[in-house]
Amino acid sequence: MSMAAAPALAEQPARAQTARKGKPTKAPKNDLKPALLFILPAAIGFLVFFIYPAIKGFYYSFTDFELLGDANWVGLENYQTMLSDELFWNALWVTLEYVVINIGVQTLVALLLAVLMQRLTTSLLVRGVLLLPYLIANVVVALVWYWMCNQLIGIINIGLEAIGVEPQAFFGSPVLSIPTIALVNVWRYVGYTALLIFAGLQTIPPQLYEAAAIDGAGEVKAFFKITLPLLRPVLAMVLVVTITGSFQIFDTVAVTTAGGPVNATRVIYYYIYDLAFNRYHFGYASTLTVALFLILALVSFFQLKLMRADQTDLD
Amino acid sequence: MSTSTLEPARTASKRRKRELGDGPELHTHKAIGVHKKKLNPGRIIAWAVLILFMVVTLFPFYWMVRTAFSTTTSLAAEASNLLPADFTLGAIKRVLGLQSFEESLAQGGSGASMDFLLFMRNSLIVSTVVTICQVACCSMAAYAFSRLRWPGRDAVFFAFLTALMIPPVFTMLPNFVLMKDLGLINTFLGIMLPTMFMTPFAVFFMRQFFLGIPREIEESAAIDGAGHWKRFTRIVLPMSSAPLITLALLTFITTWNDYMWPLLIARQPAVETLTVALGIFKGQTPQSGPDWAGLMAAALFAALPVILLYLLLGKRLINSIGFSGIK
Repeated sequence: MSMAAAPALAEQPARAQTARKGKPTKAPKNDLKPALLFILPAAIGFLVFFIYPAIKGFYYSFTDFELLGDANWVGLENYQTMLSDELFWNALWVTLEYVVINIGVQTLVALLLAVLMQRLTTSLLVRGVLLLPYLIANVVVALVWYWMCNQLIGIINIGLEAIGVEPQAFFGSPVLSIPTIALVNVWRYVGYTALLIFAGLQTIPPQLYEAAAIDGAGEVKAFFKITLPLLRPVLAMVLVVTITGSFQIFDTVAVTTAGGPVNATRVIYYYIYDLAFNRYHFGYASTLTVALFLILALVSFFQLKLMRADQTDLD
Repeated sequence: MSTSTLEPARTASKRRKRELGDGPELHTHKAIGVHKKKLNPGRIIAWAVLILFMVVTLFPFYWMVRTAFSTTTSLAAEASNLLPADFTLGAIKRVLGLQSFEESLAQGGSGASMDFLLFMRNSLIVSTVVTICQVACCSMAAYAFSRLRWPGRDAVFFAFLTALMIPPVFTMLPNFVLMKDLGLINTFLGIMLPTMFMTPFAVFFMRQFFLGIPREIEESAAIDGAGHWKRFTRIVLPMSSAPLITLALLTFITTWNDYMWPLLIARQPAVETLTVALGIFKGQTPQSGPDWAGLMAAALFAALPVILLYLLLGKRLINSIGFSGIK
């Protein structure tokens, strides 16, 4: 979750416009000494817990490290194993299915919610309620839905029965388990995503809508001709952040299905966890984290390119 | 993407008013709703949809509370009862370890002794220490990245930001090995260390705010002979109380909710955090079937502190959501 939250929140400096943003002033002094002292604690954390382990993880991916004993260099062996590992491809496939359902539904619903809020209300209460699930631990969310989805006495199946639908094993069926987990997390993240998009909507000049209304354009036309095109850079950022987060699904799977039934929900994060901490294949597990890293970097890169996230049509 | 919602310069009094709760900066919005206030069928449907979403958002919370006050053995018979099934405080007592073995079994518990107050204490310790240390260290770094001039500043800042691109699992395996080598498995320190000093986001977040503080105030303090430390603690930090609180709230909640890392490190009740304990509780199913009431009572304990904090400080958080200054 920390990753998903990362670039998406920022407090507006209260006087941003009057401030000289980021431009160094022409004071003659060089502040290197105090600067080093100021960044020292953070730099230690950065070097010891981000950079060093990142390098070490990359190194492990070329070894047969098993947690106990030494790490022996095996070259590309792990990578070759990975390419012919059916469970790896299964994990990728399952994760992809999760991401597509999760992001597809979430983005559409969030867009709808954001536009509804834009049209109807700026109420803090409405936004506050919609954001609430995002602040609750994945584990809690997973357990509450796991209980509500219980096949025999869960309230959702009781409700389905009342309208004549057969009770479903939402978490227990190989077909339904991934869509179920994806939708549970839509519930958790959709309000947050909606607020991000809502903030983006605030940047669209209202005059455009007024002009469109005068020209006789309806709500639907205004949405497709004004809102959507002008929202593109914001949507691109939202998608990069949410897709990157979505690929890292772990908590929900770990406390509900633990990868099952069979391998139906063995997502990539869970497979890595399983390899490293249940079977102690640290070297091979590291290879998979390198692969995941590359996949995420590529996905983000192409998204930003395709959606021209750094250009606005507002000028 | 540039910050397109820059606010006009505000007078000090206006700003104070805003900090006191003058509502969000949504002034551009008022003009958007061309049909504002006119209730037509379209708006009624739109409101209905929005309210439906709010109900769907809130219902699971109600269901968690409803189940936490139910008797597990009565849940099956009263599955469609929207009120607690056979109301009892038993499940709450059970997860706090206040229920006798016999009573626990009779109400559908496993009889195993649980102590969610202990897990709550553990979560509190971990989240509080991480929050204080991380906010302090990252504010200091942000000060160096925004207010001081030194060679390589922007390059180092950029390096910090690239850590955002690394998926947590990538560093998690080596960090686990490091903790194991340091003998920090099953210690609070082991859970806290990786995020105690910095996260790229916290540095970025504070720097973003510090950049907006006018230099003139600081410069006049410098003329009076105040050193950097004094300027940082006496001028910059007090002026940044709002973003500091927002960041602290976010860091606290993120740490509180974290599951994977504490799951690897904390394998003994003495250091287990709430999320880890919940996962273990779910795994221990009594023969009679899962203890749903107990599980929901425990989940409630994990959710409640965050909800209370949110009610207290959430307004700032809600208003600060949005993109800004990311290229």
